[in-house]
Amino acid sequence: MTRILKSIEEFEGEVSESLVIVDGHDLPPARHDGGSPEIGRSRRRIDATQRVTGRARYTQDLYLAGMLHARILRSPHARARVRRIDTKRAEALPGVRGVLHRFNTPKTPFRGDDVIFREEVRFVGEEVCAVAADDEDTAREALALIEVDYERLPHVVDLEEALGDVAPQLESDGNVSESGSHKRGDTKRALKEADVAVDVTYRTSTQLHNALETHGAVALYDGEMLTVWESTQHVFGVRTGLKNALKLPYSRIRVICDYMGGGFGAKNGVGKYTIVASLFAMRFGKAVRCVLTRDEENLAAGNRSATLQQLRLGAKGGRITAIEHTSWSNSGQGKWIANPTGPTNTLYEVANVNTRSYKVVTNAGSLSAFRAPGYVEGAFALESAIDELAEAAGVDPLTLRRRHAGAGKDPITGNRYSDKHLLECYRIGAKEIGWDRRRAGGTRGSAPHRRRGIGMASQIWGGGGGPPAYATVHVDPDGSVVLTAGTQDIGTGTRTVLAQICADELGVELDDVRVQIGDSAGPFGPMSAGSMTLASVGPAVRLAAHDAREQLLGAAAGVLETPKAELRLEAGAIVSKGARTPLGEVLGKVDNNTVIGKGIRFPNADDLAQKTFSAQFAEVEVDVRTGEIFVERIVAALDVGRIVNPLTAASQVEGGVIQGIGFALSEERIVDRALGRVMSGNLEGYKVPTVKDVPTIVVKFVDRPDRRANNLGAKGLGEPPIIPTAAAIANAVANATGARVRHSPLTRARVLEALALAGIRD
Amino acid sequence: MTRITVTVNGAREETAVEAHESLLTTLRERLGLPGSKNACEQGECGSCSVLLDDVLVCACLVLAASVDGREVRTVESLADGSALDPVQRAFVETGAVQCGFCTPGLVVATHALLRENPEPSLAEIREALSGNLCRCTGYGQIVEAVQRAAKTMYLHGLDDE
Ligand code: FES
Ligand code: FES
Repeated sequence: MTRILKSIEEFEGEVSESLVIVDGHDLPPARHDGGSPEIGRSRRRIDATQRVTGRARYTQDLYLAGMLHARILRSPHARARVRRIDTKRAEALPGVRGVLHRFNTPKTPFRGDDVIFREEVRFVGEEVCAVAADDEDTAREALALIEVDYERLPHVVDLEEALGDVAPQLESDGNVSESGSHKRGDTKRALKEADVAVDVTYRTSTQLHNALETHGAVALYDGEMLTVWESTQHVFGVRTGLKNALKLPYSRIRVICDYMGGGFGAKNGVGKYTIVASLFAMRFGKAVRCVLTRDEENLAAGNRSATLQQLRLGAKGGRITAIEHTSWSNSGQGKWIANPTGPTNTLYEVANVNTRSYKVVTNAGSLSAFRAPGYVEGAFALESAIDELAEAAGVDPLTLRRRHAGAGKDPITGNRYSDKHLLECYRIGAKEIGWDRRRAGGTRGSAPHRRRGIGMASQIWGGGGGPPAYATVHVDPDGSVVLTAGTQDIGTGTRTVLAQICADELGVELDDVRVQIGDSAGPFGPMSAGSMTLASVGPAVRLAAHDAREQLLGAAAGVLETPKAELRLEAGAIVSKGARTPLGEVLGKVDNNTVIGKGIRFPNADDLAQKTFSAQFAEVEVDVRTGEIFVERIVAALDVGRIVNPLTAASQVEGGVIQGIGFALSEERIVDRALGRVMSGNLEGYKVPTVKDVPTIVVKFVDRPDRRANNLGAKGLGEPPIIPTAAAIANAVANATGARVRHSPLTRARVLEALALAGIRD
Repeated sequence: MTRITVTVNGAREETAVEAHESLLTTLRERLGLPGSKNACEQGECGSCSVLLDDVLVCACLVLAASVDGREVRTVESLADGSALDPVQRAFVETGAVQCGFCTPGLVVATHALLRENPEPSLAEIREALSGNLCRCTGYGQIVEAVQRAAKTMYLHGLDDE
């Protein structure tokens, strides 16, 4: 019977309630006895061959017949009014097809604005015009011929400058607005009564995503359908964005993302380049390609906000009694911020907590979600501060955390955790790193000028996923299987793990399953973000496979004239009293019939909190002469429910740790304050970790199914591994040297400064 | 426009190129070989790695006009139908591929390394691949893939003798 149920979901730290249409019943939790043929097994990616041969087609690889090339003219000013645009010379250039700008472009609502080309441009890199031409070169040349009359306006790009009195006020209510707060207990009193307290300020710099494939779209319009290929984490989100911008019904928009080269949160929805390509495609009836360059990517395609964070912590009798945390995030021109106080609100059981976070607008490129947005920045500050408090209280930092990490309830909602093994993560990680070797004040390193230390940090994050998500399983007459699901593979291995779940539940070989995803023509599914893909889509796939299997067994019972209860489907064959008949043979008797299994994601329990937990341990050496940090070993111990594919899971964790190391040590957007220009817009100036920067990384999973979370018992793990890395490293550096670096990345200059402050060098 | 003749993956190709055009653009847009990726156009990421007269280069930094009369090999030449070559196989088996955008470049760079140095040390592998950025993996499985490929190619070489 079709009915409506309530569900609670968490997305990137925000909890919300939704209504879900359901039919039938969910499956009981999948078995976890080691007997499953696919789940829990390391499998190579089923699409790896396409990727290693160069045959996989990414958005930037599509060159359609007669395709036009669009390029975007971007503001050279941090803030200016666009008074006049003269495109005569550009349009006279042979091969130029058209120019779009604020004076000739229809209203196209985009993320809270009603146009894509604003009258007042508000950061260097903001879109001013777009050109379509027969080839890339001509389009680029045309950009240089466009004359724009700008009236320059006072700007501010720096977070702390924007907080000050002299900065220009960019919004009618100022640059600063409150975006969230949480209060429990009485921190004032607790701090007054504390034996020890710390009062510390942390800063984190802006991190740039730099997925290897830049943002881009190819749009094609045939008079009826707009088809858009886009490098995206959410084909349905792009579809919604296009519907809003272009006023087309869903049925006339199809968004496809077959292969894509990483997103990390920056590709969660439609971009201005998508709208530009679509507008031109609709105007000219041709395919139009708009793909950003690396420099454009780093100006206008999102970032992790820089933050300023103040923390006051108190302890009494060896326990944390109070945490106050105030945070300011540079949102650029973004309309939201990710909340850095999230971990403070929920990670530890502390009676008195008072947090507040503020959004600060500036004339810099806008934030977008970046792998555990807010939590990476917040965990750096919180977990560093906990170590500072432990040091002041004379308690081992891991011991101090253990005293607060056992709570079974979410402190904000009071809901019980569906499952939680944080203490187990501590145990596994501490053993693996050799925590008992840790000495207060660190130890001698491999040379007289090198100090060695160990540090750790922990993490909380969502990852429970939720509805709506749909899947279908078609079994063709030859016994081969097509799994269609509402999702896309952004590089995490989604195709592979969904195929495993399908093969497992259905009773066929992995190789027999073809996975069709990344297409808005299929059933709906969530964005590949918020660590929610597997936990959202996986259970729907299982249900669809189960439905198909029941139908197949019923069909086989008729064909073989055997009671259904005596039949099983195993490795692609119907098994009856020891005899195996290949599925294709059974279905051959009912040729050209198709079996279609359907599956949906059932709601989350509305009285449970579904969270992921983990801890990371870092061992480092620090050269006290140069300030250089050598990360030697990272141990990550994670509680993310059941692991479907240990190979792909471990590689996701390692990748998250490496991005965490980048955030901790080298990645930093530098913006010139006077001009508002990004000085680190390419991969030479912006230091993404290379193979030479990588330490030994040990990944350990608790690997216990979360039976109350969903029918698979699996939770997400895209984001958990990046959250605690920077704090674990900073804590190891402090242990090694006695110097506390409170600004990430911990560059040599900052380490040297902290060493000087601590009196270790002058 | 300049006309060039170049041998690409064993086939003779004649095409006209712009004076400022990169080999990467020629391969991707004129010769229908988008396996080599464009991630920076600046020689910083290695996604566009190809072999030019057997020497590893960033195709984005090579002027197309300068390859007249020369020989280029791209990732597309390595597999024989569905049969992967040992380097590609090793990348698949070790799980060294996530989004795969960096992979063609890494596969080609690994070929160049193993041709020069069939038994590279860990440090030599790291040095050789430090110009190939990957934003998804932790690089560990990539290094493992190179080691595995070296081993198979070495054993395979012995078989041939
Ligand atoms: S595209 Fe050639 S090195 Fe990056
Ligand atoms: S696998 Fe995505 S960049 Fe390497």
